Amino acid sequence: MTTDPMPDVSADILATALGWKLSGKGVALATVVTTWGSAPRPVGSQLAVDDEGKFIGSVSGGCIEGAVVTEALDAIADGKPRMLDFGVSDAQAWEVGLACGGKIQVYVERLDS
Amino acid sequence: MKREILEQLQADRAEKRPVVLATFLRTGEQRLLYLVGKKGLKDLDPRIGETARAALIEDKPRTVETEQGPLFLNVFNPPLRLILVGAVHIAQALVPMAQLAGYEVIVIDPRSAFGSVERFPGVQLSNDWPDEAMEKLRPDLRTALVTLTHDPKIDDPALISGLRSDVFYIGALGSKKTHASRIERLTAAGFGADDFARIHGPVGLSIGAKSPAEISISILAQMTAALRQPAASATSAAA
Repeated sequence: MTTDPMPDVSADILATALGWKLSGKGVALATVVTTWGSAPRPVGSQLAVDDEGKFIGSVSGGCIEGAVVTEALDAIADGKPRMLDFGVSDAQAWEVGLACGGKIQVYVERLDS
Repeated sequence: MKREILEQLQADRAEKRPVVLATFLRTGEQRLLYLVGKKGLKDLDPRIGETARAALIEDKPRTVETEQGPLFLNVFNPPLRLILVGAVHIAQALVPMAQLAGYEVIVIDPRSAFGSVERFPGVQLSNDWPDEAMEKLRPDLRTALVTLTHDPKIDDPALISGLRSDVFYIGALGSKKTHASRIERLTAAGFGADDFARIHGPVGLSIGAKSPAEISISILAQMTAALRQPAASATSAAA
């Protein structure tokens, strides 16, 4: 008898991203690469987005996912990786911010064939 | 990210191989980095290798500055595992506690009367000899090993396999006297002071634990310290 290991959410995200890609969809990955202050999700947290804007995973617990998905769709279209900065000080520039007062950097990249 | 890299990453994860995904944030160029033995990562600027190794050990991604700009090191570690040798009374308390703490638990006991499914429902059980079982399990940096049988015939082969691996924690049940004779046997087997410093024996933090559950708490607390504060834990093990 064997117990299943603890569910590993990031495995599901990457498996889903790969599944989307293999089924012919455009896919982008977003990864938290830097945090300052009380950021809601730790460095390394990931989000996968398909070309219809469907996403799995989390980079902020909900505050900025909408903006990340928009940028991810652009990355799927042009293939260029981008770095997004979110935080209280950037709230006006990005029109979204983190309610918790933290700051995060999110790296967005297309999954290529 | 290239699809082949993601496919390789997923294959590594399926095989429980610790791996770092390194991304040059300026160009998007990526590669996968692996641990090689105890020394570090091959074929790489030693500083990047050291940082990647630290990231894996601490299970914490980070960015390192390189000549090609910032390099983000994302960590993909296998799940935590606890290998228990000896399907004894303490194991019955330690198994569910370790599972709650996020460990996948494997119990090894070649004495099938002890290591039976009835006594350990829902646990991966092996009735192989510990050296054979350990070889199959391929313990890694995310694995803890605890021996509980008091029987050198069973505990020693497991300890020897553990010392030859990268396990982050080794605990051996037994009194100071038992531990002293264990050290003598391991010395005869060719091990030295650096190896003995890795073995927590008598096992567990000194909290006056008496019952199997309390002893399990002391073991799990010591494992947690070794996982989360490796430097401090190594000093106390050597003391």
